[in-house]
Amino acid sequence: MTNKTLIEGPAPSRRALLTNGGKAALSVSAILALSGASGALTRAFADHGDAAQDVAILNVALALEHEAIGAYQLGAESGFLSKDVLGVAVEFQSHHKAHRDALAGAIRSMGGEAVDTKTLSDYAKALNAGSLKSQKDVLMLAARLELGAANAYLGVIPSFESRDLAQISARLAADETMHWTALTSVLGGSLPKDALTFGA
Amino acid sequence: MLNRKTLHLWLLGAASFLAFGYAELHSMSVEASADQPETARTMPVTRESPTNAVEGQALYARRCGACHSLDANRIGPRHRGVVGREAGSLPDYDYSDALRRATFIWDAEILDRWLTNPEATAPGQKMGFRLSNADERAQIVAFLEANSETTSAIE
Repeated sequence: MTNKTLIEGPAPSRRALLTNGGKAALSVSAILALSGASGALTRAFADHGDAAQDVAILNVALALEHEAIGAYQLGAESGFLSKDVLGVAVEFQSHHKAHRDALAGAIRSMGGEAVDTKTLSDYAKALNAGSLKSQKDVLMLAARLELGAANAYLGVIPSFESRDLAQISARLAADETMHWTALTSVLGGSLPKDALTFGA
Repeated sequence: MLNRKTLHLWLLGAASFLAFGYAELHSMSVEASADQPETARTMPVTRESPTNAVEGQALYARRCGACHSLDANRIGPRHRGVVGREAGSLPDYDYSDALRRATFIWDAEILDRWLTNPEATAPGQKMGFRLSNADERAQIVAFLEANSETTSAIE
């Protein structure tokens, strides 16, 4: 299976995005870079001992990230996204690629075999991409997947043997929540009225 | 570590984003909240809907939707018809050995135990997700039950 860069071509410049309202996504991305998140992920995973169950959970997470990357790719190739929105999609997809790389590295460092990505056509079929008819449809699909991913990462925390991995899972959930929040705002949707709606 | 300037810039950016959004996108007609996922709007509960099943529909999308769909195998197997189905029995899904060897039939009780702690239910399986909220488990199980009966049997 190839591991090609899924969104081809240069992303719109950061200046262009900033002048068009993409401040939140870019700033969060910058924070991630400043905090050295990828390195921390790798170290936490590498420091973890054995535990086949943890590897299994990480592989499910990796499969989820593969699908998220595919979903953004489908959106990018749909032709429905404006230039500015495409830039945000690229930004969010890059986060998922960073998650993918960290998870795959961790699995291998723990002696596991990292699950491979499926083909884009597989993801298109599973996500019913043929039903996407507009930019709004694409963004709603992305928001749905991000919301599910945030909840999934929170929901696996109690299952990790490693507290380090549990913490990393919480950090991954935070990334997905950030994506969902931005997408929801873009779609004009409402944020939850109640506290503690994520995870249960 | 973030310095104060970086944090200030981020907060300013986030506030601007939330206040004004993307002008182009905010001009779009939004028929449904992004908090109400596509599955929740387009997959009606298929039998006379108990409250739990209706609420479970949205919860299913939120809690399970990262990995599962009713009609497509994704990270996890498809769920339509799961209640009453033998564990690990879909021919086109790559189950863990633990579920492939399992002989139980999914019912409400086992699903509740599974969602509480899948590893305790079938050691060696690969789902780490746990749902500790009993009310939410009940709503999701009700939704799965509602989508596990044939249309002819329930209409």
